[in-house]
This record gives sequence, structure tokens and C-alpha cells, in this order.
Amino acid sequence: MSTRRDFMGMALGGFTAAGAIGGLYAAKRTWDPLPSVKAAGSTVIDLSEAIEGEPMTEKWRGKPIFVLKKTAEMPAHDRDVVVDGARYHVSIALCTHLGCIPAYKKADQTFFCACHGGVFDTSGTNLPGLPPPSPLEIPPFKIEGNTLVLGSEGPEYLEMKKNNLVV
Amino acid sequence: MAKIDEKAFPFSKQWLDDRLALTTVMKVLNTEYWIPKNINFLWAMGMILAATFGILLISGIFLLMYYVPTVEGAFDSVNYTIMTEVGYGWLWRHIHGIGASLVFLIIYIHMFTGIYYGSYKRGREMIWISGMLLFVLFSAEAFSGYMLPWGQMSYWAGMVITNLFSGGSLEAYGLVEWIRGDYVPGQAFLGRFFMLHVLLLPLVIIGAIVFHFATLRLPHVNNQDGEEVDFEESARLWKEGTVESRKKSEVIPFSPVFLSKDIFVMGVYFILFFYLVFYNFNFAMDPVNFDPADGLKTPAHIYPEWYFLWSYEILRPFSKDLGLIAFAIAQVIFFALPFLDRSPNVAPASKRGLFQIWFWLMLVDIIVLTFMGKLPPTDPAFAFIGLVSAVLFFVLWAALPFITMFEKKIKE
Repeated sequence: MSTRRDFMGMALGGFTAAGAIGGLYAAKRTWDPLPSVKAAGSTVIDLSEAIEGEPMTEKWRGKPIFVLKKTAEMPAHDRDVVVDGARYHVSIALCTHLGCIPAYKKADQTFFCACHGGVFDTSGTNLPGLPPPSPLEIPPFKIEGNTLVLGSEGPEYLEMKKNNLVV
Repeated sequence: MAKIDEKAFPFSKQWLDDRLALTTVMKVLNTEYWIPKNINFLWAMGMILAATFGILLISGIFLLMYYVPTVEGAFDSVNYTIMTEVGYGWLWRHIHGIGASLVFLIIYIHMFTGIYYGSYKRGREMIWISGMLLFVLFSAEAFSGYMLPWGQMSYWAGMVITNLFSGGSLEAYGLVEWIRGDYVPGQAFLGRFFMLHVLLLPLVIIGAIVFHFATLRLPHVNNQDGEEVDFEESARLWKEGTVESRKKSEVIPFSPVFLSKDIFVMGVYFILFFYLVFYNFNFAMDPVNFDPADGLKTPAHIYPEWYFLWSYEILRPFSKDLGLIAFAIAQVIFFALPFLDRSPNVAPASKRGLFQIWFWLMLVDIIVLTFMGKLPPTDPAFAFIGLVSAVLFFVLWAALPFITMFEKKIKE
């Protein structure tokens, strides 16, 4: 008698658990980014419009992107994107602390985040002793002539990624 | 089948009692639910919270009828349709905004009353824990509601708070994107926070309120001196009904006696409430949120609503990982209060020696953190005060078990 009850109990419990797990999986998938969101992929940036020392803000996957054509006196860095001999700093313009947009301060030549006081130099490197734990992130890019395609990984990006320079 | 009175007139008292035990229910919930006499106006905060929640629910229902949960439509549906077109739409919005703000003021008073009088231990632990659960749920409700007007502060608060889930160096950006349903807050994010705000969280909150009431039932409400009241004897005296015996009884029934005291305090509270609604509604309206959400422009200075400022300030002065850990601990540490307080005394803080100092330091520290959290991060003097206050917050919690362990026992 008790074994038959146990069997009924286990069968009911087992099917309920399977249903619950399936339901949780469906709930998790419902919250995933939609395919249309994921597919809204690449942005093309025309670098001929860049002015030395004046960062442009572009948009890629809803995130702002800094493109700063470096002046001669701005220090060069391995994180620079070099196109036609000109050096560019390209990064996702979200502070690596909690994701606010830093503003470029022309006088100091730094990116300053007003949320918690983080500061990045013109290579996107975070200054020490402040909340951001890492430099501004470099988005996947591919150089095509005088344009930059964000969202696909060109050889220059892969090289940087190999050297752990992108984040 | 229970015995019924065949002759009872339909829906008469007897008829309802035979079917619903209505008289018994009224006794259990109202006329024979005993509250100690030895209390003050701070004991009215619970019913004030219940009333404020009711007002938030009603004003929310009216706002829901015109609010449009889309990234294109949300801002205008609030700031144009509800505010200018809908008859008295402004009234619901201002009631909802002021209510959301004041509910936290009262929650904090309610919490610190409990801490001051030791109403969280010796059988009252579940009251405290269910109350803290309500605090967390109200925080989630407030945050999700703050997203809905889809202004600049909504958007950037959504950005920053969801980023917290990346866990610092854990770099769990997959989790952040999953919570948002997008790389940045967008339609998927607004849609799900809308659902949470208007359906799931209110349902859970109502359940948690019922549970919070239930936790009071056995240990009873505490009183001003933490005395053990003989509820059975006092209830007997009250029910005896003579002037003498009621005078001798240490308790009053919840309804109508305690409620009439509550309603007086509520009256005072609602004067403040409606003063703010009609004459000072900007108190709960951040000007930055009157700019539509723009993912390409962070406001110059972002900060949460005043009731989250103290925990925000705990996050701010540290490096990212340490800040996140500090923030996470600050969110849950109050849950542990009944277990960190090692003293058996249930008494007002004024009779508990060092604990009295602990209580006032904690209260002042949280107020200082609140003020510092509102200031921009640039001023080094204020940043330093913020750091000291954040460190003090943790020092106080670490010290609590020790200062209470050696506390003199007041009574057997």
C-alpha cells in the first residue's frame, strides 16, 4: 500500500518538477534579448568627418561610442586605432564603473564621469585611485578604407584583443 | 454539514454567522485583537503605511488607464496626456509621487521605532524579517515605478542600477543584458518593469503585508517599556466591561479603540500628505526627469530618490568591487539585526546603555549618508565625510554583537 502511494507521490512530484523546470526555462527565454535586438548589429563611422582633438559621439547597439582623432601632442597608445596614419581613440562611451557617459573636458584632455567622479585619459585609460576598475572598452571594429565598421572583428581588433587591450 | 438555523432570514446576522462565522472573524481580527495601552503615536505608523499603500494603489489604478508603456509613448502619456488632458490626471500623479516618497519616510520611522524599542527579538524576529522583506519589495516597487515616465533620470537610473548586477570584476554582462532584454535599457526593459510595477510586485506586496500582520499575532505588539503583558488576564478584564476592570486592563481592542487613536495620527499625517500634494508636489518630482530619456547623454549629476541616497553613498566612496560588496551588505544587513543583537533585553534604547549610543549614531550616520549621497562627487571634503560615514556604518554593525553581549540584563 505504502509503496503504491510512494509511487504515486513520486510520479506526481516528478512530473510537477519537470513542468516547473520547463516553465522556468520558458520564463528565462522570454526575458532574453529578442533576435531583432541582437540583429541590430553594425554601425559604419566615416572617419573623414573627424576633427582633431574633438571627440565625436556615435551610436552602436544603443550605446554611445567615442571617436577621438588624436592631436600630435596627445600621447600614442597601443589601444589607438590607426587609419591612414592618423591615430584615433575609439571606445564605448560608458564608464566602466556603472555605465554613465563620461564627458570630454577639452582643457584637461580627459573624459570625466559625473556620476562617481571617474576620469579617463585620451587613450581611455582610467586614472588610478578612482572608482572605474578598467579602461573604457573598445568595441569590435573593422577598418574599411576611411571608415570604421563597428560590430565586426577586423585583424587590428583581433590583434588588440589578443594583447588584452580591448577592455 | 454544520448546524444552521433554518428560520434565519437570508443575510441576517444569524444567517451569515451560520455560513461564514462572521462574528468570530470580527472578534479575531478586530474587537478581540489586543493591543497594549502603553504605546505612543509611533505605534500608528503601521496603519499609516497600510493607508498610504491603499492610496498608492488607487491613484495607480487611475494612472494606469492612460499610461502607455512604450519608449515612444511613455514620456508623453505621463507629461502630456495625464498631466494636461486627463481631468484631474495631475491629482493622481502628484498623489502617487508624494505617496511613493512619504511611504519611505514612514517605513524608516517604523523601522527605527522597532529598533529603538527592541521590537525585533525574543519571539518577534519574524515580525522584523517580514517587515524587512516588505522594505525590499517597496524598494523594487519604487525603482520599477521610477522607470515608467521614461525621462532622463528613469533611463540613467535604470542603466546604473542594472549595471550593478554585472558584479564588478565578475563581468556578468550577460546577466545585465538578460535583465534588460537589450544591450541598453529599451522597449523590452520598459515593458518588463511596467509589468513588475503594476502587477507582480503589488501582488507580492499584498501577500507580504498579510504575512507581516500574521507574524504579529502570537508575539503581540511590543509596548513602550518592553513589558511582558499578560494578554489573557488583561483581555478578561477588558471584556468584563466595568469602568474599573477596563482601567485595570493593560490592553485595548484593535477595533475600535486602537484604530481611533490611529485615525487621529493618520489625520495629522494626511494634512502633511495633502499639503505636499497640492502645494509642494515638486518635492517628489526631479526636474531632470522632465527631459525625455536619451541614451547618448548622461545628466551632469545623477542621484537616486532621497530614500535610496544612504545606500547609494555607501557604494560611492570605494573602488568598484569593494563598493558593490559594501552596497550588497548594506542592503541585507538590517535583516540580521535580531541575531546580531545578543542582549536579551527588550527595552527602549534609553535603558540599554551603549546600545542607546549605537542607536543614535546609526540614525545620524544614515542621515549624514543621505545628505552626502545627494551632493556631486567632486568636492573632496564632502567625499571624505561620505567615506567616513560609510566606514562608520560597517563599524557600527560589526560592534553591535559585542556591545549587546556585555549589556547589563535589565530583568529576569
